[in-house]
Amino acid sequence: MTQSIVVQVGQCGNQIGCQFWDLALREHAAVNKNGVYDEPISSFFRNVDSRYNDPVDIPVGTGKGKIKSLKARAILVDMEEGVVSEMMKGPLREVFDFKQLITDVSGSGNNWAVGHKMYGVQYHDQLSEVVRRSAEFCDCLQCFFILHSMGGGTGSGLGTYVLNLLEEEYPDVYRFVTAVYPSAEDDVITSPYNSVLAMRELTERADCILPVENQALVDIVNKISEAIPSLKTGKRTYNTVSGDIKANTAITGSDGGLVKPKDEKPFDSMNNIVANLLLNMTSSARFEGSLNVDLNEITMNLVPFPRLHYLVSSQSPLYATADVNLLPRQLDQMFSDAFSKDHQLMKTDPKHSLYLACALMVRGDVEISDVRRNIERLKGSLRFIHWNQEGWKTGLCSVPPVGQPHSLLTLANNTCVQYSFIDLRDRFLKLYKRKAHIHHYTHITGMEAEDFSMSLESLNSIIQEYADLEKQMNNPSPPEPRLQVLT
Amino acid sequence: MSIITLQLGQCGNQIGGELFTTFIKDAHAKPSNVQVSANRNEQYTEEVISKFFTTESQSDKFDVPQARAVLVDMEPKVIAQICTEAKRTGKWMYPEKQQFSQKRGSGNNWAHGFCVHGPRVKEKVMNMIQQEAEKCDNLGGFLSLTSLAGGTGSGVGAYVTQCLRDEFPNSFILNQVVWPYHTGEVIVQNYNAILTLSHLYQSADAVLVMENDHLHRICTQLLNIKKIGFKDINNVICHKLASFLLPAVTQKYTDHRRSNAFGEVLEHLVSHPDYKLLTIKNIPQMSDTSKQFCTYQWHGLLKHLRQMLIADASMEEGIDWQVHLGDGSGIKHNQSLANALFLRGKDLDGIDVSSFSDPKLYPSWILPNTGVAVYKQPRIFNDYEKSAALVTNSRSPIGSLNHMIGKAWNMFSSRAYVYQYEKHGLTEEDFLDSFVTLEQVVANYNTL
Repeated sequence: MTQSIVVQVGQCGNQIGCQFWDLALREHAAVNKNGVYDEPISSFFRNVDSRYNDPVDIPVGTGKGKIKSLKARAILVDMEEGVVSEMMKGPLREVFDFKQLITDVSGSGNNWAVGHKMYGVQYHDQLSEVVRRSAEFCDCLQCFFILHSMGGGTGSGLGTYVLNLLEEEYPDVYRFVTAVYPSAEDDVITSPYNSVLAMRELTERADCILPVENQALVDIVNKISEAIPSLKTGKRTYNTVSGDIKANTAITGSDGGLVKPKDEKPFDSMNNIVANLLLNMTSSARFEGSLNVDLNEITMNLVPFPRLHYLVSSQSPLYATADVNLLPRQLDQMFSDAFSKDHQLMKTDPKHSLYLACALMVRGDVEISDVRRNIERLKGSLRFIHWNQEGWKTGLCSVPPVGQPHSLLTLANNTCVQYSFIDLRDRFLKLYKRKAHIHHYTHITGMEAEDFSMSLESLNSIIQEYADLEKQMNNPSPPEPRLQVLT
Repeated sequence: MSIITLQLGQCGNQIGGELFTTFIKDAHAKPSNVQVSANRNEQYTEEVISKFFTTESQSDKFDVPQARAVLVDMEPKVIAQICTEAKRTGKWMYPEKQQFSQKRGSGNNWAHGFCVHGPRVKEKVMNMIQQEAEKCDNLGGFLSLTSLAGGTGSGVGAYVTQCLRDEFPNSFILNQVVWPYHTGEVIVQNYNAILTLSHLYQSADAVLVMENDHLHRICTQLLNIKKIGFKDINNVICHKLASFLLPAVTQKYTDHRRSNAFGEVLEHLVSHPDYKLLTIKNIPQMSDTSKQFCTYQWHGLLKHLRQMLIADASMEEGIDWQVHLGDGSGIKHNQSLANALFLRGKDLDGIDVSSFSDPKLYPSWILPNTGVAVYKQPRIFNDYEKSAALVTNSRSPIGSLNHMIGKAWNMFSSRAYVYQYEKHGLTEEDFLDSFVTLEQVVANYNTL
C-alpha cells in the first residue's frame, strides 16, 4: 500500500485541508470498526505512540495492531497565523504534529511575487526539511496532494514554489494539485495576475491538476439546500418532490465528523465537496474492489500529452435517497447526473467540446454491467476525439462513501477547459494592458517583467493546444494507412 | 503430470482464485452426481488433485491441498483477498511464501511493467517458480493467467513468460489472456494488448484468448444473470478452462487410452509456430437452475458445436446457419488449423465425430483425419449431463485482433500517450515492431 502526503498552502488550502482530514477520519471510522491500524488508513495517517516527546512512529506490520494515536500525513503552510492557529485550537489539533507547520506572521498581501520569490526563498530549507521528515515516515510514498487557491498570494505563490521543490527533490512522486480558481466577481483585484503566474508553474511542474471554481461549488451547495432543509430537525428522511432523502448524506455535510454543527464556518459546505473529491479519487487505491484504479493509472490514462493535464471533475449523487425500490433507476440517474453541468466543479460545458479521455471511479455496490450499460447510453451525447473513441477508464471500489450506497466520480480531460482559461486570460489582459499594480510585483527581488510575459505566453500556448485538438472535432485528420505485410 | 499456474495482475489473480475453487469443487463432487463407478471416481479425483495441487503438507497445521501456483502482483490488495478467500473455503489454500507483491502498481503502463518491474522481480519470482517445479514429480507445463489491458498482467506477464522460456526451454507454456471490452476498460488497453501479444508470440507455445465481450454476452443471454459482475465473468472463464484441463482420455495415435497430457494437446493444436492463437467454445451453457431440466443428445450438441466453429459464434445462441463449408460462393467460413474436442458425460460410446474431420474445414496441407483430436470423460462435469468443449486454432480471434490493431494504430498516429511509455524505456521502434508482428499474424491467419 502506498502513502500520500497532503500539502496545504494558504488560507484556502488549509481550510479545505481541515475539512478533508475531518471527512477522512469519518470515512475510516465507518469502515474500520475495530480500531486497527491497517493498510488503508496508513495511506493518509501515521500511527504514533504519543507518550514520548518525539512521538514514535508505529508501522503497519501485520495490519492488526490497535490504533494508538493518529497523525495526519500533512504539511501545513501559511504566511499568516490565523487559519492554522484556529486549526490547532480546534477539535483536529491532535491529528497534526506541530513539527509539520510552517507559519509566518504578516501574510503575502495577495501578491504572488511575495509568496513565490520572497517567502519561497526564505523558507526553502525549512520546507525541504519538513517534507523530508514526512517522506521518511512513508514506506512507499506515491503521491503529493497539493491544495491551494490561485487568486491569493500565499496559496498561489508559495504553493507553486513548494510544487517546484517537490519536483526537484522527489521527481518520481506524483504531484496532484487541487487548485481553486477565482470566480469572475472575485474580491481580490490582482487575482488574475496571481492565477496566470501560478498557472505557468502548474502547467510545467504538476502531473495532474483538478481545477475547482468557487461559483460551481456555490451552485452545488444551493442545489442541495433546496432539497434538504439546513435546519437539523433530527429527522431521518426528508420528504421532497423527488422522493425521500436520507438526512446527513449530502456531500456537503460533515455530520459524524469532529466539527460540531454549531461550529461550522461559512465555506465549510463548499470545502466538503472538494474534500469528498479527494477521498473518492483515492478510494480505489486504498480499499479493495473488483477493478482497482491506482493514482498512477489516473495520470497514465487521462493525460495523453504531457502538458494537457487539466481534469474536469464531477461527483454524484449529491445526497442519498431513502427509497430502496428505486435502486436500478437511481444508478442510471447517478451516471446521467454526473455528466450534467450542475454537478461539475468547474463552470464549463464539456458536452459541446471534445473529450480526450474520461475516467469513471465508482464506489459501492455497482457491477461492471451497470457501468457498461451506462457508457453505452451516454456515449451518444458525448464527443470523443477520433483516436480515442472508446476513451473510458473504469474503476470499481467496493467500499461506498459514508452515508451513501454508491457514488460516482468522473474525471474528464476535455477541451472545454480552454474557455475558462480564455476568460482568465481576458481578465489578466485588462489589467496588464494598463500595467496596473505591476510595480507591487516587480519591486520584489527576483521578480522580472519577463515573468509576466512568459506566463502569458505559457497560458496562450496551452489554450492553443486545446483549441487545436478541438478543431479535430468536426474534421478529424485522416489516420496514417496501416502497415502492409508481404504475403 | 502436473501443471503450474502463474497468476499475474489483478485479473489473473482473480481468475486463478476461482479456477482452483472450480477444480476442488469438481474433484469433491458427490459420487451420485457424477455417475461413474466409485473406483473410477477415486482415480479421477486423485488425478485432478495431483495435477493442480500438492498434498504433502509443509507443516502440521495444513492438511488441505495446496495449489500449484505462484501469485504475482505489483500491489498487495488482490493477492491478500484471494488468499483469504481460499483459506475460508476450508478445502484448499495457496502455499505459504509463493506470493510476490510490491507496493506500487504498474499504472496500466506496459513499459513500466516490462522494463522496470519485470527485471526487478525476476529473481524472486523465478525462485518461487523453481520451488514449485521441484514439488512436481512430473511437470507437464505452465499455465499463465493474465489480462491484456492492464500494466502488470500484460507487462510483467510478458517479461516473466520470456524468463520462463529461457529457464525451462523444453516445457510447454500456455498463456491464457483476457481480451478487454471493446468499449473500453482502460484507455491505453490497445497499446498494452499489442505490445503483450507480440512478445508472447515469441516466448509462449500458445495463447488462449478469452474475450470479455463474448463472456458478457454468455452471462446475459445464456446464464440469465441480471447484474453481471467480474465474478460471473470469471466463472465462465473457469468453466471453459476446466472443461479443457480436467482429465479426459484419448485413443489417438495408439489404441491405448491415455490422459490428456498438457503438452500433447498443445502439440496437436499448435503445429506451426506462426499460428498460436486458440479459443474455446463450449456447449451447453445455462444457469444452474435450468441444468436439471434439460436433456440433450450428443448428435444435437455436436451439430451446434460444429456450426459454432464454422460460423465463428461464441455461444449457442444466434448462430448463423447460413454459413456452409466449401461453397465458394456465400460467406467464407471459419477455417481451422487444428481442433481438440473434449466430451464429458453419459453415453459416450458410439458418438460420431467425423463431421469435425471434414477436410474442407482445414487447409489443404493438413493430413486427412488428423485435424481433430477427441478426448472423452464419462464423469459428469459441472452438473451438465452432457457437455462438450472445442479448443480450436482458427480464425476466430482475428476479427477482434484486427480491430484492436486498427485502434492502436490510429492512436499511435497522433502519438497520444506514447511519452508515458518512452518514460520507461520503450521506443517508437518497439511499438512499430509489435505492429509488424501482429499484422503478420493477421495476414497469416487470413490466408489459411
